[in-house]
Amino acid sequence: MEPMGKVLSINQEKCTGCRLCELVCSVHHDGISNTARSRIKVMKWESEGLYIPMSCQQCQDAPCMIICPVRAISRDEKLSRVMVNQNKCIGCRSCVTVCPFGAMNFNVIDRKVFKCDLCDGDPQCVRFCEMKAVDYVDAGRVSISKKKTAAERISAARKEAAALEAEAH
Amino acid sequence: MALNRKIAYIDLSTGKIEIKPIPIEVRRKFLGGRGLDAYLLYNHTKKGCDPLGPDNTLMVSGGILSATLASATARTHVMAKSPLAGMLGSANMGGFFAPELAWAGFHHLVIKGKAEKPVYLWINNGKIEIRDARGLWGKTTTETQWAIREELGDEDIKSLIIGPAGENLVRFANVMTGIKNAGGRTGMGAVMGSKNLKAIAARGTMDIKIAHPKEALEFNKRFIDQITSAKVNQTQGTLGTPFIWGATNSWGGIRCRNFQYNQELYCDEIEPEAIDDNCTETMGPNHMAGCFGCQVHCRAKYKIPTGPYAGVYDEGPEYTSQGAFCGEPDCRSLETLLTGNHLVDQWGMDNLETGSIISWAMELYELGILTNKETDGLELRFGNDEALLEMVRRICFREGWLGNTLAEGGIFASEKIGKNSFDYLIQVKGVSNLHSDERATPGLALNIATASRGSDHLRSRPAIDLYHLPQEVMRKIYSSPVPYDGPLSSEHTEYIGKPWQVFWHENCYMAVDCLGICKYHTTFLGATLPNFEDWPKVLYYNTGLEFTPKEIWEVARRSNMIERLFNLREGLQREDLKRGDMLNHRYFDEPTRRGALDVVGRVIDREKFKKMVDEFYEYKGLDPNGAPKPETLKALGLEKEPSHLL
Repeated sequence: MEPMGKVLSINQEKCTGCRLCELVCSVHHDGISNTARSRIKVMKWESEGLYIPMSCQQCQDAPCMIICPVRAISRDEKLSRVMVNQNKCIGCRSCVTVCPFGAMNFNVIDRKVFKCDLCDGDPQCVRFCEMKAVDYVDAGRVSISKKKTAAERISAARKEAAALEAEAH
Repeated sequence: MALNRKIAYIDLSTGKIEIKPIPIEVRRKFLGGRGLDAYLLYNHTKKGCDPLGPDNTLMVSGGILSATLASATARTHVMAKSPLAGMLGSANMGGFFAPELAWAGFHHLVIKGKAEKPVYLWINNGKIEIRDARGLWGKTTTETQWAIREELGDEDIKSLIIGPAGENLVRFANVMTGIKNAGGRTGMGAVMGSKNLKAIAARGTMDIKIAHPKEALEFNKRFIDQITSAKVNQTQGTLGTPFIWGATNSWGGIRCRNFQYNQELYCDEIEPEAIDDNCTETMGPNHMAGCFGCQVHCRAKYKIPTGPYAGVYDEGPEYTSQGAFCGEPDCRSLETLLTGNHLVDQWGMDNLETGSIISWAMELYELGILTNKETDGLELRFGNDEALLEMVRRICFREGWLGNTLAEGGIFASEKIGKNSFDYLIQVKGVSNLHSDERATPGLALNIATASRGSDHLRSRPAIDLYHLPQEVMRKIYSSPVPYDGPLSSEHTEYIGKPWQVFWHENCYMAVDCLGICKYHTTFLGATLPNFEDWPKVLYYNTGLEFTPKEIWEVARRSNMIERLFNLREGLQREDLKRGDMLNHRYFDEPTRRGALDVVGRVIDREKFKKMVDEFYEYKGLDPNGAPKPETLKALGLEKEPSHLL
């Protein structure tokens, strides 16, 4: 079947802040436990219990791709992802500067940039997240669950209103 | 590599800091975490040292698997001589501190001496600095952590801190991290306070190489799936530990009014579903948080709905808080539960100990042993929510005669109060019990009497004993990794087989604490959860160390024995009510008044209890006095202790 292109879909309300995604990302890619090597990071507001996982949006017209002076960044349409060619990368970090999501990271040991590559189609962060706060879904279906949740609220409100009306009579 | 994490010795009196590697021989003997801390405690403290003096040594550690792939490798362990009765002090907490300490390059810290003025440790990528903490002194647990992040300019710093209770040397002050992760028991916060050590801040970005990364990832997925498939963990993942309240109170396993009842009545407001209903409104349907790496996520997030802290964000409450602020003092309001929980978390006091000691004081007040003179007019009655919360505050800040007295912990408070107040104190080795009532459950009674850190449910409790498991299931669990063909009973009211169960669980939880993982990921509350058979793989894939299940069992036995050696050196005597493996007489003399048919009217039989302890000692290789036989020490390689290897 022709791949529609799957994307990471993040539902931050579900995130428990456990950061297992960061750990498996760094181990899967580099064989090392060090969240500085993770492509996905959970932004935390601890005193409010707010946790937001942030990763690469795999932009269609990626600013990082446009800005790279040595054209080391390209789009892989098969997996719907933006890829960095490590052999061409000169470590100038223009891409880091221009990314609106902070998704481009700089490895201070290798002195090259690194980013989410969707683990070649089997994202480990998704695999290990029990809550599925980060999920891997068809691009066309990303908004459908949000529509459903919102529709459910309307549906519940309608049922409650009907029940109150029936009570009043 | 996990194996190249270091140990640091910090002398707060001189400012001297020494950093050393941890030799493989030591890893093979004690693995890490609590096991190695017990060894360090025995070797670095002298008999009879003042727990609140400069010669007490404080150990802080992450397990050997910290920050690696073994479900949740989040746990931090803290150990020192306890200020409560001078026995073993040991506390364990979740959260995110241990992994950060590991990424900063360290598994173990050994802290001696006393700083002249308040200080905190700053541990960052291999370096340790002692910094001025005078600006932090007096701050609550959360204020301290946020202030450290601001001072050092890094939001990702994780800190282990004490609150005002630790500063005021309340003998059951705790150490904390995050909003509510607490190393609660045995007063480790007071030890830190006595050293003028306000906090330990860690931040690290050093690589921890995984020995076999592909295999570690695959096995971790299986490991996690096994853990999250257990029904008990699924329930905890949505309701948190309060679900245990409903399950236990229904048959009469909850201590109420100090020891007068074993069930609390008319407490619907604090039933888990009621808590959930009241609190999920404020945080939405997905309101659970988790410790590092954990897919059980058993911690509820909420905003306190009513009371003086209405609208404040908080986490929990745990089952132990239900006991501390509801069960034991027989208070029934959700607002009291959430307010009390909030206070002890902000001030850094053990919720369990606080609730227990106030309930004891309430019984003394009821009996007239304490009067309005001692309480400064406070009506310290059971069911008086205001008095309960007021007493929490007085203890933390040592206000008034009674506040100051109770802050000394049960043993010393009973000596100050005098009369026969000690007879009513529910404790072992100076440490209060979880609010469970063990009169109908001999296995659990044995566990609290013999646990190394005192009356406690997390060091050897055979909690699955309450599930009436079929014989085959029990036989499978308890015959591995070492054979056992003695009797086992599926009945929690029986005495048969319990000594082996307690012995098995004592070793199981020690292994867990050496590895640095959570007890909800082992055969604690769930019979299908991982134990000795599964840990060799997790160890090998992450660290490259090869251990058989039996060798892990041996590490646990050895570590448990060195804890016992410490207690014996400090004066443990089998039948001593203050420093022994003995229960308060009420367990034997006062029958339970409430509960299910097979629970009401029960006491622990003195003779049968004695036989259980005898049998338990046999399994551990101890003589009838509770001291190890020479051949046991030799078999465990402990005959030369203290050996000063590290």
